Amino acid sequence: MPYRFQDEISTADIAFEAWGETREELFISCAAALLRTMAEAPDQVERRQLLAIRLEQEELDMLLFSFLQELIFYKDARRLLLHADKVHIEQRKDAFTLEASVSGEQIDAGRHRLLVDVKAVTLHRFQVEFGENLWKASVVLDV
Amino acid sequence: MSLPPQLFKVSDTIWELPVTYKEGMRVPARIIAPESLIGGMEAGVFDQAANVACLPGIVNYSWCMPDGHWGYGFPIGGVAAFDPATGVISPGGIGFDINCGMRLCLTTLTEEEVRPRIRELVDELFFAIPTGVGCSGFVRCSRSKFRRVIESGSRWCLENGLALPEDLEMTEEGGCFEGADADTCSDKAVERGFDQIGTLGSGNHYCEIQVARPENIFDDATARAFGITIPNQIVIMFHCGSRGFGHQVATDYLQSFLRVMTTKYGIKLYDRELACAPFRSPEGQAYFSAMKCAANMGFANRQVILHRIREVFSRLFHRSPADLGMSMVYDVAHNTAKLEKHLVDGELRELLVHRKGATRSFGPGMTGLPDCYRETGQPVIIGGSMETGSYLLAGMASAAPTFYTTAHGSGRTMSRHQAKKMVQGRKLLGEMEQRGIHVRTASYGGLAEEAGLAYKDIDIVARATEEAGLSRRVAKLVPIGNIKG
Repeated sequence: MPYRFQDEISTADIAFEAWGETREELFISCAAALLRTMAEAPDQVERRQLLAIRLEQEELDMLLFSFLQELIFYKDARRLLLHADKVHIEQRKDAFTLEASVSGEQIDAGRHRLLVDVKAVTLHRFQVEFGENLWKASVVLDV
Repeated sequence: MSLPPQLFKVSDTIWELPVTYKEGMRVPARIIAPESLIGGMEAGVFDQAANVACLPGIVNYSWCMPDGHWGYGFPIGGVAAFDPATGVISPGGIGFDINCGMRLCLTTLTEEEVRPRIRELVDELFFAIPTGVGCSGFVRCSRSKFRRVIESGSRWCLENGLALPEDLEMTEEGGCFEGADADTCSDKAVERGFDQIGTLGSGNHYCEIQVARPENIFDDATARAFGITIPNQIVIMFHCGSRGFGHQVATDYLQSFLRVMTTKYGIKLYDRELACAPFRSPEGQAYFSAMKCAANMGFANRQVILHRIREVFSRLFHRSPADLGMSMVYDVAHNTAKLEKHLVDGELRELLVHRKGATRSFGPGMTGLPDCYRETGQPVIIGGSMETGSYLLAGMASAAPTFYTTAHGSGRTMSRHQAKKMVQGRKLLGEMEQRGIHVRTASYGGLAEEAGLAYKDIDIVARATEEAGLSRRVAKLVPIGNIKG
């Protein structure tokens, strides 16, 4: 898995680091970690509904923040658990834009083996960085 | 855990970090903890309490309660008051779950009457109160009606037959923060929360059937004043907040404050989770209003849950809620900012008090308390882990230095993953059953994360608040049934 939960960072909440060879892969890894935080069996989340997400932010880290926040929004507003299937990021003069296709299905408590409801992405130690040919992010979720 | 070398002891329960601890501190930071708890505090607690002390307009001290632990922005258990004219408001000082809080309801039933039916009772409650990830409620509410809910809180419940007038009286702020304007909340926030009224959520949110045993009463007269009058009396305690709506309000304003904090208002940023804006600024006032809307959702949410609990008890015991004595002791809010009047250097001043994972603890005679609690002080409800029990306490006059604030829970000492490595949910369920606590949960993994061993000792935390003069113990309440998200 391209993510790792970090016990040492947070006692009350959930911290993880995720990685990918591209920015797009990193965003997909972070979405996978978010899904795994809420459901013990993410593989059981079937791709029955497709959604498109479009976002724009001045900074790359805030683009990731908004992307994860969007997935949390759909969890409450549409009761959807979602995989990030494709992500495309473009850097323009003064902003980053994201186009993503995500898919999933309505929450099924039994099949998805639910864990904990995520309230929000926090900016506590929130970081996106590139080094040693790898994009990395650190995220703490409020649960 | 090594403590910061600059930390010194002010009294048996108060420790202080001087302003020299960190550049930019405007006031010292004070942590309330006995010797037995201070050593276990994470380094992050001291750093975060010090960061809070750097915020403009902070008055006297940046406080941390004895159940304090590392949060984001403020520590959990963080308390700070700001001068409204020169100070700031910060979503990081309130938390994402705005008006997460506790409610305690009485019954005239005894353990002997309820224990034989505890399985049935817990099962019925589990069905009546939706729990777990992304759960939606039974209250059918349109988006436009929801706007009325968030502007009027428990009053909306009263208008719709989901509350009794006395419920509002027994709720902090009468169950409604005045001045909540729904126009300050995004469509997204409304979309996220409009069908979640009457839902518990997950994490550390729960609803418990508890017993007040005679050996656990610390102050008989106050216990009686709070309605605990029968040996082995059954009470119901629950903990939840403003659900997705409140979480989205906090997220929206965290981002909007980040955009203006430094560029427009020149406030130095120590931690992005401490994003803030001057209280009197348009951004600050908009967030204050949206936060009130979220607080009102928190009150309405707990009120609808209480209504469902009353229905379940009434159905099962074939008696009306009134006949079962199902009146509220009190409802306390944990994550809020409020304008309150406090004495500062002998002068009565209006202050904006942020409490994040902390409980208001008004002493006897204070304005804002129902008449029946004017002599005792405010009922304070401190929830422990689901295995160990919880406390009912009373606010004290000596809590003035913390702006009449006390602890809110026992505070975690172990991460959720670590708890899950050490405890299996199904096994824990069986062990609790053997100890006489019947549990229904939406998630075995979630149950394991909330095991008693992941928390500080609630007895020590409750005693610490008493020794520090913040709240005095009235009764310990032990669980016999629990539903968990």
